[in-house]
Amino acid sequence: MSPMARTAPVPAATDPALIRNFCIIAHIDHGKSTLADRMLQYTGVVQSRDMKAQYLDRMDIERERGITIKSQAVRMPWELDGTSFALNMIDTPGHVDFTYEVSRSLAACEGAVLLVDAAQGIEAQTLANLYLAMENNLTIIPVLNKIDLPAAQPEKYAAELASLIGGDPDDVLRVSGKTGMGVEVLLDKIVRDLPAPTGDPDAPARAMIFDSVYDTYRGVVTYVRVVDGMLHPRERIQMMSTRATHELLEIGVSSPEPTPSKGLGVGEVGYLITGVKDVRLSKVGDTVTNLAKPATESLPGYADAKPMVFSGLYPLDGTDYPVLRDALEKLMLNDAALVYEPETSAALGFGFRVGFLGLLHLEITRERLEREYKLDLISTAPNVEYEVTLEDTKVVHVTNPSEYPTGKVAEVREPMVSATILAPNEFVGAIMELCQSRRGVMGGMDYLSEDRVEIRYRLPLAEIVFDFFDILKSKTRGYGSLDWKADGDQVADLVKVDIMLQGEQVDAFSAITHRDKAYAYGVMMTGKLRELIPRQQFEVPIQAAIGSRIIARESIRAIRKDVLAKCYGGDITRKRKLLEKQKEGKKRMKMVGRVEVPQEAFIAALTTEESKDKAKK
Amino acid sequence: MPSALPLGDPAPPDGLLPGQALEGAADRAFGLYVHIPFCAVRCGYCDFNTYTATELGGGASQDAYAGTAVAEVDFAGRVLRASGLPERRLSTVFFGGGTPTLLPAGDLARILAAAIDTWGLEPGAEVTTEANPDSVTPESLQVLADAGFTRVSFGMQSAVPHVLKVLDRTHTPSRVPQVVEWARDAGLAVSLDLIYGTPGESLEDWRYSLETALSYGPDHISAYALIVEDGTKLAAQIRRGEVPGIDDDDHAAKYELADELITAAGLGWYEVSNWARTPEQACRHNLAYWRGDDWWGIGPGAHSHVGGVRWWNVKHPTAYAARLGSHVSPAAGRETLDAETRNVERVMLEARLVTGLAIPSLGGLGDTGRHAVAGLIADGLVDPGEAFKGRLVLTLKGRLLADAVVRRILPD
Repeated sequence: MSPMARTAPVPAATDPALIRNFCIIAHIDHGKSTLADRMLQYTGVVQSRDMKAQYLDRMDIERERGITIKSQAVRMPWELDGTSFALNMIDTPGHVDFTYEVSRSLAACEGAVLLVDAAQGIEAQTLANLYLAMENNLTIIPVLNKIDLPAAQPEKYAAELASLIGGDPDDVLRVSGKTGMGVEVLLDKIVRDLPAPTGDPDAPARAMIFDSVYDTYRGVVTYVRVVDGMLHPRERIQMMSTRATHELLEIGVSSPEPTPSKGLGVGEVGYLITGVKDVRLSKVGDTVTNLAKPATESLPGYADAKPMVFSGLYPLDGTDYPVLRDALEKLMLNDAALVYEPETSAALGFGFRVGFLGLLHLEITRERLEREYKLDLISTAPNVEYEVTLEDTKVVHVTNPSEYPTGKVAEVREPMVSATILAPNEFVGAIMELCQSRRGVMGGMDYLSEDRVEIRYRLPLAEIVFDFFDILKSKTRGYGSLDWKADGDQVADLVKVDIMLQGEQVDAFSAITHRDKAYAYGVMMTGKLRELIPRQQFEVPIQAAIGSRIIARESIRAIRKDVLAKCYGGDITRKRKLLEKQKEGKKRMKMVGRVEVPQEAFIAALTTEESKDKAKK
Repeated sequence: MPSALPLGDPAPPDGLLPGQALEGAADRAFGLYVHIPFCAVRCGYCDFNTYTATELGGGASQDAYAGTAVAEVDFAGRVLRASGLPERRLSTVFFGGGTPTLLPAGDLARILAAAIDTWGLEPGAEVTTEANPDSVTPESLQVLADAGFTRVSFGMQSAVPHVLKVLDRTHTPSRVPQVVEWARDAGLAVSLDLIYGTPGESLEDWRYSLETALSYGPDHISAYALIVEDGTKLAAQIRRGEVPGIDDDDHAAKYELADELITAAGLGWYEVSNWARTPEQACRHNLAYWRGDDWWGIGPGAHSHVGGVRWWNVKHPTAYAARLGSHVSPAAGRETLDAETRNVERVMLEARLVTGLAIPSLGGLGDTGRHAVAGLIADGLVDPGEAFKGRLVLTLKGRLLADAVVRRILPD
């Protein structure tokens, strides 16, 4: 067993040979944060008494959902055989929507700890990230976590991991983040097995940004991995993609609190503060260089974050619009992937069309808006971006069904994904059925172990953004996991279905669907609305239509009675209070033509059964 | 459990009214409501403030109640005088409950005598008591008529035994024609109260009840839709699925049938739930509520209104008796309405009457009111002929949607 390091290597003066950069690849609930906390404790950077459970997950939502949205990097000293090493642990985002950020975190490392729950085995996202790490030539240290659990099956899953990365099941480490068992052995192994970073200390400085976080007090904190040269405080630096220049106000390492240093040298990982207020000025994947002695070539792998899923966000109370606008502006400072523009809906009023990396990104953003800014929001059904070519060869990009062109359409292209699903083999039939019903084309299937399979499908993104994952989970009794990545586009026979209340189109309920599914959507939505909209003083027809062709129809009968018969022995006050309450209720109605639609009806109509169940839990 | 009292401001112990209550008082009618909080049986649907004989004792007991009520009459006389209100004789008196006729007729006569002693009666004043068909005799009705009562309102509710059973009403249907005749013999005008929409009541049941009631030739009919109030036994039975729930469409159909049959029998509607043989036979006390006149409510939980000041007494008869025993106002709370609220109440209440609302007066509500009228006519809720003459009067369809109409008239 190694003791805690007595003398920690000093930042800006550490031989790259003494540096080990690694990340932990794990599924959301496989115990990554607990293990990371244990490492912080064993290396002495956090005193036991200061230990907050899951120290690295800063945001409340992250802690509650047990997922890491934003990564951080921590420098930890560790001594092996009398030499003090500097370990940089780069915490990666743990979800499918943040693949690009994960790829940049991986690119900042020489090795990865592949952490898998000994009771559950590897999940699809972990597998995807593992492949990503292997493509980046990272050295993989396979580790089974939670081996203290009674349900742990270390032999089975060690064999699975060994077959995935090639190696001996006996080399798979067994740890328990909870009890701390095996963690010191793991730290030793990181030092022993991972290669030290290499780079040219005399070349012009090049550092890769792998994360960028907005802090209310300090502005944007940019996390970098230095590849060549050295960065110093007070220097002017340049972002190579945007050519923007900044003064380096502070440079340092996190251990885990920010600690200023005299600089960062080859192989080192740390943070930069330049005083900028917008993370867009410090983009993940970009290369930082020294303005006075700039590098000529930026580091490879830079890409702009591209929103894949779009949804309209509207305040329930129209007067909250400015609050929502300010809130989005603030969130954007910390989320380079978030894009939005103002949008008006006849039914929902003023709001924003917001682009997200994926559905989880959408959910998290919405939840943060509601929680941190006390907003009540309606979000419209998520949409993907369609490319519509008109017969006059004009091309329109549609992220909102209400923008779907009314002219003659020559061709519609929809974005595609390649999806990987891991599940016990007994669910293969159910999964294939699901993917088939979502217009999927099977790419292949492999056995990971005797009873677990990896199934690959190419699917339209639109088919997986709404309820696919929820259904997959329920069809596989929770064992199925999904990963996807963008995979070009395809021509599809798509139509726009409109929903009309008393002849008045409700833009919030319009949807772009495959022609074969338009009827089902129309029937589902008109039926739902008939249940959700209270009876009015007149009959309200509800219709679903493609263009002018009605494909489904329902009707809400007129209300016949709305009067309180008695006067409660002169208790007029009670009657008036009732009226006031009813009038309050009316204020919470949205008017569609003459039809009063409760906001709850919009929310319920735009919510899937599965996500409602989830909200209940 | 009886329904909750509204929340308001605390009422002063001396009961004195603010100056606002005096404005225009001389031009408003003044009435008296007397609440008799006793019933032989607690009906499963009822959320009124009422108790069975065995539930109460002391000054709140049935025996002592007349004395307690008289004490409030005296208190009311003093407070109105001390507040500077003009001397006004009573235009209407109404004994309600509970079951007023559970008290000996002499007790009711004694309370009425105290009221006459305090204020006097207008010539032609209307003096009504509610009565249960079970709890009157030819003799008791004669005592009431001799004491000055002019009118009796029988709680007939239905002519169908299985409906009466769900309502927990104990009288046999055949008793109704008998008591109507006794009342007539005593010289009293007769009103019959009916309830429709009871769980299990068919449209034919309701038709039979209406036809039966009309065959007795009443001067007045009240027909109230059954409201399932929270906390009643009926609400619990419906919740447990023991009896079917209430259906608004069924209520609407029954209201339409009631209006059809009652009108065909020669009575006319004057308020959403009330019909009278002639306009003179309308219940003037009831109209006073809808017109915003002044009245004092005697008894536990009773509500009063004088010139935009509303108050309500403590609900429990024991607490009520104790307050009066120590010469403290029995009021539990009150509210003094501002001009805007009074306007809202006026629209809410007058819209229910056959005399309707003056459309020009809606101007005070901003544009909403007047602009709403055209839409209401278009939707068939407001009589176009009357609207042309400047009054907003509800059609049959409009009466069934009266609350919705009011919401459309009032500004948001």
